Amino acid sequence: MCNHPSEFVRYRETQFLAGNQIMQWEIVIGLEVHAQLSTRSKIFSGASTAYGAPPNTQACAIDLALPGVLPVLNKGAVERAIRFGLSVGAAINSPSIFARKNYFYPDLPKGYQISQYELPVVQGGTIRIQTESGEKVIRLTRAHLEEDAGKSLHEDFHGMSGIDLNRAGTPLLEIVSEPDIRSSAEAVAYAKTLHALVRWIGICDGNMQEGSFRCDANVSVRPKGTEKLGTRCEIKNLNSFRFLEKAIDFEVGRQIEILEDGGVIRQETRLYDANRDETRTMRTKEDANDYRYFPDPDLLPLEISPAWIEQIGRALPELPRVRQERYMTEFALSQYDASVLTASRETADFFEATVGHLPGQGKLCANWIMGEISGQLNKDGIEIGSCPISPDRLATLLARIVDKTISGKAAKTVFDSLWKGEFGQDVDTIIAEKGLKQISDDGALETLIDQVLTANPQQVADFRGGKEKAFNSLIGQIMKATQGKANPAQVNAMLKRKLEA
Amino acid sequence: MLNASLKQLSGQLAQKKISSVELTTECLDRIKRLNPEYNAFITVNEEMSLAQAQTADALIASGRSGPLTGIPVAQKDIFCAKGWLTTCGSKMLSNFVSPYDAGVIERFNAAGAVNIGKTNMDEFAMGSSNETSHYGFVRNPWDVTAVPGGSSGGAACAVAARLAPAATGTDTGGSIRQPAALCGISGIKPTYGLVSRYGMIAFASSLDQGGPMAKSAEDLALLLNVMVGFDARDSTSLQRDVEDYAGELQKPLHGLRIGLPKEYFAAGMSSEVELAVTHALEEFRKLGAQTVEISLPNVPLSIPVYYVLAPAEASSNLSRFDGVRYGYRAESYTDLADMYRKSRAQGFGAEVKRRILIGTYVLSHGYYDAYYIKAQKLRRLIAQDFADAYQQCDVIMGPTTPTVAFNLGEKSGDPIQMYLSDIYTSAANLTGMPAMSIPVGFGEKRRPIGLHLIGNYFREAQLLNIAHQYQQVTDWHVQSPV
Repeated sequence: MCNHPSEFVRYRETQFLAGNQIMQWEIVIGLEVHAQLSTRSKIFSGASTAYGAPPNTQACAIDLALPGVLPVLNKGAVERAIRFGLSVGAAINSPSIFARKNYFYPDLPKGYQISQYELPVVQGGTIRIQTESGEKVIRLTRAHLEEDAGKSLHEDFHGMSGIDLNRAGTPLLEIVSEPDIRSSAEAVAYAKTLHALVRWIGICDGNMQEGSFRCDANVSVRPKGTEKLGTRCEIKNLNSFRFLEKAIDFEVGRQIEILEDGGVIRQETRLYDANRDETRTMRTKEDANDYRYFPDPDLLPLEISPAWIEQIGRALPELPRVRQERYMTEFALSQYDASVLTASRETADFFEATVGHLPGQGKLCANWIMGEISGQLNKDGIEIGSCPISPDRLATLLARIVDKTISGKAAKTVFDSLWKGEFGQDVDTIIAEKGLKQISDDGALETLIDQVLTANPQQVADFRGGKEKAFNSLIGQIMKATQGKANPAQVNAMLKRKLEA
Repeated sequence: MLNASLKQLSGQLAQKKISSVELTTECLDRIKRLNPEYNAFITVNEEMSLAQAQTADALIASGRSGPLTGIPVAQKDIFCAKGWLTTCGSKMLSNFVSPYDAGVIERFNAAGAVNIGKTNMDEFAMGSSNETSHYGFVRNPWDVTAVPGGSSGGAACAVAARLAPAATGTDTGGSIRQPAALCGISGIKPTYGLVSRYGMIAFASSLDQGGPMAKSAEDLALLLNVMVGFDARDSTSLQRDVEDYAGELQKPLHGLRIGLPKEYFAAGMSSEVELAVTHALEEFRKLGAQTVEISLPNVPLSIPVYYVLAPAEASSNLSRFDGVRYGYRAESYTDLADMYRKSRAQGFGAEVKRRILIGTYVLSHGYYDAYYIKAQKLRRLIAQDFADAYQQCDVIMGPTTPTVAFNLGEKSGDPIQMYLSDIYTSAANLTGMPAMSIPVGFGEKRRPIGLHLIGNYFREAQLLNIAHQYQQVTDWHVQSPV
């Protein structure tokens, strides 16, 4: 029928669109995202959370689970969880309870992970995503605090495994969605929106290569129009948006194929193999652990005062969705422009700083940030935070377009020069040094145009004879004579007036 | 010198009539001579103890000493002490030299006390006879064919046999009070949260509490003054104003209302214990106290509740002993699962395994509500019983144990009988209230009998006052088996 899973999905969709009578499937997805919280020290110990240190150099007695050590909760991790809860409109539970999840693994030093089970710190909330058919609301079940495990390294040690406990005890916020997601594209949109949000509110650096933002996807399918959820499979540790999409596509295809062949889906945990673009069984429900959750007696119930929540709420930055709406009303931007500019707080702040220096020119600022700035940043592989052109310099440059000192084309030359840091990044010096000033003086232009008309009687005759092309040729001559510095719109209007006189 | 109180020893040290080195050497000599029979200590390190004694003498010479400076204290082998082998009575930790000090050890070090050695104990504090220790049983110095009680059996033996003037213990279901009673010494379990659990190897986190064991209530007060204190490294540690636990010792007992729970004077108590307790109560009446009968209706459920909750927490607390990072690892194994299985099968003793199994069972899916949740509910009801009782009385008294010390080997094959040794003591752990045991007489073969005093939260000073007043008019606490 078809070889590749994503082709298979497309094939199904085609049948659906064609209105065929065979079984149509609905995809049901819930995501669990582990966001590493940006605290300097671990969630239950004072050891550093910095990434990339030599193995086991950032594991203290508590992380090693020496006999007798005890956990002490990092208030910064709680503060970040509350920040998240408030920004998705969730309830903050008080008290919330830390629980032990018991299982044995060499990179889990205590033999249990401290997590939350009943009464997580964040309950409910929503994330709004943009889909092809408009905005969609994805409900959140909960978000809870927990500690990360260490790492087992199975290569490089002959017949043994290495254990690195630097990551053990790193604070995580596990954000669990309801099964409201209906396609891999929606899953990616949800994950990207969440990714932007956690960075926006400063609780997670979002670095996916370093594992700061990891997704698990719970995927099932059911006959379209039915209520009962199908048996789900959980795909673990998807550390890029592309893998998330491909893993879901493969998994959906796999499940539909099994069901259409009359089989049943086995509830299991699966791993995505990016090299082979497929998911495969990691463990089945039968060999799943009984985690024996119970409240951790070493940690008291976490009480969060309304005053603290209020204080965190007051310090919360304006959220992306709110800013997006404001940009649409305040700067008359399209929803597309507004959403691109609010994809990260740095970009939005850059935009606002620029437009702050250039009131009334929101669209022009937006175009340059989304165009030139974003293009150059991509080319150089840097973030907007390290942009060599500051918002006020960009605003000065754009002001010279608005006041007709330079043309848009000349402005790009100035931009390149600014980017390279030439002439002390002074816009007016660059314009002067490079001779980019536009000729906008009517008298000077009139003399020039007259000279060109006198020198080209044939073209003038052609134009008057109805040959429109002759007009462009005359414009070209005028621009050439001014070395491109004439204001094109002005030249256009003046020439037209003279020829039609 | 060995029968002297801490106050007397402290005075002699301060007046330089003796040095800490002399006192420490005397204890070490006695340990060397008598420990082979009693087996009260797992580890003795003369060099380290004497070094601390020298430091203490220097402190005394410089006039910067406190009440415990230079006093040898036997530390239960459940407290991690830097540079000391810390086994918790288990083969699992037979090679574990702690790289850090427990909060309690730090406080004794800061006070200038001398760590005279690490005392024997039931494995991971699980036992009531000290017979579950991987390092062998401890003998009761009053009758060497009897158990010393447990789990702090080594500590109780060390104080009773005058191997050390004072000791630390920990109490999860009675592990300070029961051995104190069986060895004829005094011991107190403070209110949960007063003594730091940091570095005290966890058995059942919500019940474990460290406390002192010594000859008298007055000694306990001095020790408690050092042991109690907030520790930010223990989230269950309580932040309170500093209290002088010796402050109320001299208060007369006129008008004191002693509650006698009918549930503690029911069947199961031996007649000799009942007689000794009755005599002790008569002394209190003579001191001006009055007794009132009270009821703690849910308290008979303490043992079943305790034996659900304590193993549940223990099963999880002991998961870290997996042979991966430290401690015992099996010699040979085929794969990871086999390494876990063999290391834990060989590293833990039978009683520890039994409790891990019970704990794992009660936390398992499908059983959690029926056992763990129900036990937690009962725990609250038991606490309510005590709260109600303190409306009618100031202190609750009864026997510490139903019988005098039993014979070595007598109950080691019958866990239920062994668990019932804690029948009177475990309620104070479930509620977190302070409780103590003081010697009030002897039974058959001069085996000691203890009186149990349970106070309301943070009323340690009152308990010590009551005990001290009794000890002013009786001499059970100064009698020694040696």
